[in-house]
Amino acid sequence: VTGRPRTRIGLALWAILVIAFLWVPLVIIALYAFNSSTIQSWPIPGWTFHWFSVTWHNQEARSAFALSVKVGAVTTAIALVLGSMAAFAIARFRFFGRESVSFLLLLPIALPGIITGMALNSFYVFAGLSLSWWTIVIGHATFCVVVVYNNVLARLRRTSGSLLEASMDLGADGWQTFRFVTWPVLSTALVAGGLLAFALSFDEVIVTTFTAGAQATLPIFILDNLHQGQQLPVINVVAFVVIVLTVIPVVLAQRLMRDTGILRRGAAAAIIAK
Amino acid sequence: LAVDVTAVPAGPRTRRARLRLSAALWRRPWLKALGLLSPPLAAFLLVYIGALVVLFISSFWTVDSFTGKLVHHWTLSNFRQILDTGQPYLRIAGRTIGIAAAVTVTDAILAFPLGYFMARVAGGRVRALLFVMVLLPLWASYLVRIYAWRTILAHDGAINWALNGLGLPDQNIAYTNWAMWIVFSYVWLPFMVLPVYAALERIPDSYIEASADMGARGFRTFRSVILPLALPGVIAGSIFTFSLTLGDYITPLLVGGPSSSFIGNVVYGFIGINANIPFAAAFAVIPVVIMGIYLTTARRLGAFEAL
Repeated sequence: VTGRPRTRIGLALWAILVIAFLWVPLVIIALYAFNSSTIQSWPIPGWTFHWFSVTWHNQEARSAFALSVKVGAVTTAIALVLGSMAAFAIARFRFFGRESVSFLLLLPIALPGIITGMALNSFYVFAGLSLSWWTIVIGHATFCVVVVYNNVLARLRRTSGSLLEASMDLGADGWQTFRFVTWPVLSTALVAGGLLAFALSFDEVIVTTFTAGAQATLPIFILDNLHQGQQLPVINVVAFVVIVLTVIPVVLAQRLMRDTGILRRGAAAAIIAK
Repeated sequence: LAVDVTAVPAGPRTRRARLRLSAALWRRPWLKALGLLSPPLAAFLLVYIGALVVLFISSFWTVDSFTGKLVHHWTLSNFRQILDTGQPYLRIAGRTIGIAAAVTVTDAILAFPLGYFMARVAGGRVRALLFVMVLLPLWASYLVRIYAWRTILAHDGAINWALNGLGLPDQNIAYTNWAMWIVFSYVWLPFMVLPVYAALERIPDSYIEASADMGARGFRTFRSVILPLALPGVIAGSIFTFSLTLGDYITPLLVGGPSSSFIGNVVYGFIGINANIPFAAAFAVIPVVIMGIYLTTARRLGAFEAL
């Protein structure tokens, strides 16, 4: 604890104000889901659950939601496989060009979203691929791999390689070593990385606008309606649901990683994820 | 450690083969590394790096204005058009970079005292709570957060209601560059808070005590000890706030005014119906070059260790 009492009180006030700045808009937009009027004014004139049932029966919103879940699930599966393979290779072996692999995987997130989107779009045109939900998945997978990679790599760096040697010395083959030694060590890191990858894919707009054809993911559905100012009461409910749904996996992921302190270490995992 | 002994039966031939295979792989680690690394890298090189290269190359091509087909003829005309002061493109690039810089400075100012409070004043429990409070909005849908501000800044929204309550007149902030500045600062703020906090947390208490022992007052310690040590954290955060603003086009689309296009809006406009991919690619090279310079400088200043 440092600083004089007056400095400390000033800092505490500043902290409260900044946290309020972060949360008040979220609370306000969540309240609009219960707005009885179709006009978005403040203060909210009256309260209703009506829009929840309207949204539930909205076919566009439902199919957008279903597509987002489908894309998110397939993306997460691809990211889990490719991300952990790369993490294993980097953690266990020394070879020429090892540093550049990390850099390479980080690129889709370090470069502005329009670049990734634009590059993928021109690649699809160049390769003669027509835009479909698979092109969305390919786009999402390019930037989700690094999330899993970071989580798994951080865990592997904390696990001693001698555990594997011990397992082999005791007569286990490669599969048994994986099943009984590596997997128990890794499972929470994989689940956390997978949840973050899913949340990232579920929320992505910019790259998706470049890689989606006629298909609308949930963010595209929201964007289209916001842009044209249509169906705002439905969008309010979708916004409410999305806030709740994206917050849950992140809280879960954080709980899983908390014991290892990986999220606390500069929040690198989460930050690089975005 | 979960090694289940009963699950290791001795004997059958397949098992011996598996053991031999495992041993063979163990003796040749390069084979295992190659096997593990080639699928992700091949996918990455083929799709992503290939795409970037195609993009870069196509920026030197043109589109036949009559047929709309790509003309594979090397030219700098796209870049010349961007640099032409008679065209709007330089102004758009300037606006994008200017707002990205303003957002970065704003977020640094907002984040530093909060990060300092979290790292060096708050107790363990308050710190953990604040950490989650900063992290969660980051994940609560980017579009929804922009939408929230659009609603708040609207003419009959919460801001004007609050201003009227204080006896102040209405302000028309919605659909201006001010709105973009507020929304970008809001959306990317957690990216600044977290690395700044991490950098401040890492300063040993003994450094501050030593500074006080040598007679430095609070402000002097802050300027000569804390600030230089926290700077890599601020720069690490600025990579995110700057790069993300530079590459965005959704916020200008939703809360910007009629003349607040970003580089991203122009690029997006040249894809799709009236496609001019070479020009879009050439314009997209600008943020890449800027980020390249930025990242190289940041690396020199030690920001990568602060991530």
